[in-house]
Amino acid sequence: MRRAALILLPYSWLIALFLVPFLIVIKISLSDIALAIPPYTPNLDLSQGWAGIKDFLSQLDLDNFKFLTTDDLYWKAYLSSLRIALLSTFLTLCVAYPLAYGMARAPDEWRPTLMMLVILPFWSSFLIRVYSWKAILANEGLLNQFLMLIRVIDEPLTILNTPTAVYIGIVYTYLPFMVLPLYSALEKLDGSLLEAAEDLGCTRFQAFWLVTFPLSRNGIIAGCFLVFIPVMGEFVIPALLGGSQTLMIGKVLWEEFFSNRDWPVASAVAVILLAILVIPIVLFQRNEEKQREAEG
Amino acid sequence: MRRLSWFNATSLTIGFAFLYMPMIILVVYSFNESKLVTVWAGFSTKWYGELFRNEAFLDAAWVTLRVAVFSSTLATILGTAAAYVLVRGGKFFGKTLFSGMIYAPLVMPDVILGLSLLLLFIAVGLDRGMLTIILAHTTFAMCYVAVVVSSRLVSFDRSLEEAALDLGCTPWDAFRSVTLPIIAPAVVSGWLLGFTLSLDDLVIASFTSGPSSTTLPIKIFSAVRLGVSPEINALSSILIGFVTIGVITFSISTKRAVVRRKREENAVM
Repeated sequence: MRRAALILLPYSWLIALFLVPFLIVIKISLSDIALAIPPYTPNLDLSQGWAGIKDFLSQLDLDNFKFLTTDDLYWKAYLSSLRIALLSTFLTLCVAYPLAYGMARAPDEWRPTLMMLVILPFWSSFLIRVYSWKAILANEGLLNQFLMLIRVIDEPLTILNTPTAVYIGIVYTYLPFMVLPLYSALEKLDGSLLEAAEDLGCTRFQAFWLVTFPLSRNGIIAGCFLVFIPVMGEFVIPALLGGSQTLMIGKVLWEEFFSNRDWPVASAVAVILLAILVIPIVLFQRNEEKQREAEG
Repeated sequence: MRRLSWFNATSLTIGFAFLYMPMIILVVYSFNESKLVTVWAGFSTKWYGELFRNEAFLDAAWVTLRVAVFSSTLATILGTAAAYVLVRGGKFFGKTLFSGMIYAPLVMPDVILGLSLLLLFIAVGLDRGMLTIILAHTTFAMCYVAVVVSSRLVSFDRSLEEAALDLGCTPWDAFRSVTLPIIAPAVVSGWLLGFTLSLDDLVIASFTSGPSSTTLPIKIFSAVRLGVSPEINALSSILIGFVTIGVITFSISTKRAVVRRKREENAVM
């Protein structure tokens, strides 16, 4: 009895506030925009019974999805988000791996401190961490001042409001999400395996490539999902650092909703984004469950 | 004792410099006299003064704080229940769907969560305001709590619970007197995580807030969208300061608790 209540409480909460909202998004993506509050039709009128439901269903159509294919903006934004998400996930991995590796190889008594140093930015405000790059990357900003001081460049580089700034922002803010799973995979690594590989004639690099890298695979997979999936729909970073040059679907959805007030099209954009992300999300969840079972 | 190789020492130094440099610069420039954030014009605390005279920011901070306390508390209760069900609940109908709904919000883009929750609130006729933000934040924060707590539940010795049951505890007593004290650190970190996630959230709050309930991130975002402002630097420095003190205190106190527990165990032996 208590068990049923314990299951039902979080279960029904998630159904009501996570699953049902998605169904509503799908419904509205099939509706038409209207000058009303809420700004779409039709509304389901259950008081008319079966006729109301039939009437409601007959008014739903795929017009919004057809609209998305007619305007270049949308598929370009999806492709651009995909490219930015893939490349920045790879870049984050490249920055995070040496850091996580160094942490896992550090003396035991350092590790809690190093761990805390990675977690600290993770707890600080995401918005503030993105914002902190604005003063650094601006034309008259600190990076340009520094590079001109040491005579690497004569003219300031334009970085802010370009895709480069977006990549820097993503790598920076998502770094802890990549480092933590990598570190927990690398920390468990048995050092004697590496000694065995070297005894058997591997160079250090071969030993890394043949032993360490494959054994950290779970960490790499988890870290890549934790970066790739949310970056696909990222809004804050392109809005603050990307300027008008950077096209990302999260920003398109935001503007469709808040500026154009076209809720049905915004919903259609969200439905397609979700359809793109369903496979990675399911794979991510499988990976997490597998790890949980392996530990338990 | 192992020593760090030069390669590892370099990667640690560069990695942490990259992580901390922007925040250090932000804090340093919050004490800048000049309105131009990129030109140093001498030390001053005037932006902190301006900040505390800015009613709009103070109101937003108060709304944000209340939302964060309510939503993280609710999320901790729901999330701990969810974790318990997930790890100890055995098999039940729709368990795959349940665990899917726990893991999906962790990676789901905020714009989708925000939009879908807003459309739900409109559909059921709930006015947008603090309540809707609290409901929205509770929903994603409970998933983080569930993941943090379930990883603690997985790693602890189940036979302790079974012993309590064998000795005549009801399942509820066993949970309260055996399980809960052991998972307490995870429950507390789950609460803290939910709290900071709520403090920090811009996108979901933008979708679900009403005109009377602007949160601090919404205020910050509209102020920094156009450029850099020293007042926001001051505000950011205060927030970074709070988080730093909080994280350090928490990690020292959990470390102490571990040491104390070890000592007690040794004494019993």
